[in-house]
Amino acid sequence: MSNCSRTALVFAECADGKLRRVALEALGAARQLVQDGGAVHAVLVGGGTAASEAAAELAARGAGVVHVIDDPALAQFAPEAYAAAIGAAVAAVRPSMILLGHTAAGRELAPRVAAAVRGGHIADVTAVETTDGGDAVFTRPLYAGKAFERRRFLPGAPWVITVRPNNLPLADGVPPDRQGVIAALPFTAPPLSTTVLAIARKADAGGVDLAEADIIVAGGRGVRSAAGFAPLQALAQTLGGVLGASRGACDAGYCDYSLQIGQTGKTVTPKLYIACGISGAIQHLAGMSQSRVIVAINKDPEAPIFSIADYGIVGDLFEIVPLLTKRFQLLLSQPGD
Amino acid sequence: MNMVVLVKQTFDTEEKIELAHGAINEDHVKFIINPYDEYALEEALRLREKHGGRVTVAACGPSRAAETLRTALAMGADEAVLIEESGLGEDGHTIAAALAAAVKELAPDLVLAGLFAIDRGAGSIALQVAERLRLPHAAAALKIEIHRNVETPAAAASPADTELAQSPSPDFTAVVQRDTEWGLETVQLPLPALITAQQGLNEPRYPSLPGIMKAKRKALHHLTIAELDLTPDDLNPRTERLALLSPPPRAAGRKLAGTPEEQADALAGLLRSEAKLF
Ligand SMILES: Cc1cc2nc3c(=O)[nH]c(=O)nc-3n(C[C@H](O)[C@H](O)[C@H](O)COP(=O)(O)OP(=O)(O)OC[C@H]3O[C@@H](n4cnc5c(N)ncnc54)[C@H](O)[C@@H]3O)c2cc1C
Repeated sequence: MSNCSRTALVFAECADGKLRRVALEALGAARQLVQDGGAVHAVLVGGGTAASEAAAELAARGAGVVHVIDDPALAQFAPEAYAAAIGAAVAAVRPSMILLGHTAAGRELAPRVAAAVRGGHIADVTAVETTDGGDAVFTRPLYAGKAFERRRFLPGAPWVITVRPNNLPLADGVPPDRQGVIAALPFTAPPLSTTVLAIARKADAGGVDLAEADIIVAGGRGVRSAAGFAPLQALAQTLGGVLGASRGACDAGYCDYSLQIGQTGKTVTPKLYIACGISGAIQHLAGMSQSRVIVAINKDPEAPIFSIADYGIVGDLFEIVPLLTKRFQLLLSQPGD
Repeated sequence: MNMVVLVKQTFDTEEKIELAHGAINEDHVKFIINPYDEYALEEALRLREKHGGRVTVAACGPSRAAETLRTALAMGADEAVLIEESGLGEDGHTIAAALAAAVKELAPDLVLAGLFAIDRGAGSIALQVAERLRLPHAAAALKIEIHRNVETPAAAASPADTELAQSPSPDFTAVVQRDTEWGLETVQLPLPALITAQQGLNEPRYPSLPGIMKAKRKALHHLTIAELDLTPDDLNPRTERLALLSPPPRAAGRKLAGTPEEQADALAGLLRSEAKLF
């Protein structure tokens, strides 16, 4: 595929009416992949006033055309309706590549979009390299990070790419004279076979997905009870982070499986990972060992988690974690140097 | 109720991944059913106990995947299909095409699969199969209830829209509780449909001794791609692997000494001054 024929379509995912950061990471990848002479389109699904802010941001960061699709069926995420909306954008744009975040929604949409266009899907991309000749190589984890592979697309079919949150740079702003245009795309949702009967919203999700979080405070069996997560929650709140867990903690019923990090849970790459009362089983390490800075707090000096921790504290988490919270409350009220 | 469960054989989660000569070393490796597929299979067995019917397990993989299918039969599946992967490459497009072709022939009411496979971790193939067969899906199920329809519910799509139109009118409706980023969502969809299993859906059973004995007599069909209704384009891989890499090595850092107060102070200080985090 020569550069000039490349056209990208980015699914600009929103959460609670706001553009998700991963949408701008996907946009950055799209701009890198089409290179000079290519076109980058974005599609915003679900309208309202928030969409116009999101659309403006996409246009300011290099989306040449922002297609806004609105329909009552798109008010909340519904895979059938959203896949149909992306299908409408694909029909309008005829992209050579479609990019989405490797988020819960992206993971549901991308395979359907890929199969619909009979394209390839490279999922959970953590790095994108391009050469001047137009070659593109994608790095992605295997076994939740126990290994990595580099893949490329073969010629002849559209590309579908899902990018792992937190790994690719955000799309830069473009000069005002190169900002994109915003256009409504006509769309009528097809009859849907799936109906949503109820949603029990998570109280503490706060809109931050574990995979997108910059800071994670994770608890293991060492927290001993559901209430044992309270000091971890306080630390996470102080640091502007979110809670995570080992399978040990989930199996023991101290927390929800949705918090599980590891080979059979979520793979995360935050800037800071604080493991509290987690031994560091191979399945857990697989899911978090690519974090930028790892802190381990464990009372067992031989715990395997220390073998990958940048900073280790041998001690009782119930003593250390509240002290850390206090220390950080103080520190964060003072400017850094 | 006729069910198909898509299963994949994966490395045991305890295994370290060693690279040798540009490939992953498989010597002395223990293989298991992908844990998420095991939840899907367990759910199919429980649904059969409740509603009757058949459970067929289908895999696409190398010949060693037959062991995994035997285990699935020992757990209680009625029948197994192994599509030999040779000629398919290791690309989602071709594998989804082959699985979709095999599933279509079985004309199931319900297709179950794991949320993702813990080796490649893409979570792509099952939903590509759903799209190819024009089945609605519910992802990341934590609870599945199947209701036999008294009358066709108004919400149900006409079965003529799906590639599985040979199955009778929508006899069943699924009510699925699924795990999403925003909370627990309950959805209703008509069968035929595809549902993926999330961890927490159930506690998979171990194969019993009589189960293992019975499994030896159950049918395990080997299919080659030539026996499936596939177009030349279905067999054209869309992606290829260029290289395998080990993760960047991570050296152990240091342990912070002192009283708990001193340790906490030191950590907070280092995260700011050395790690430049705050
Ligand atoms: C198929 C399969 C898949 C799996 N997938 C995953 C996965 O995705 N993610 C995952 O995490 N695990 C997974 N596991 C489980 C994994 O093997 C471990 O059992 C699990 O990670 C252990 O959790 P843990 O570290 O919380 O508990 P433990 O191993 O019991 O460790 C608890 C730790 O807490 C420390 N501790 C106790 N009290 C205190 C205290 N007061 N202060 C400080 N430290 C304390 C102890 O020293 C110990 O190191 C999987 C296992 C299997 C078989």
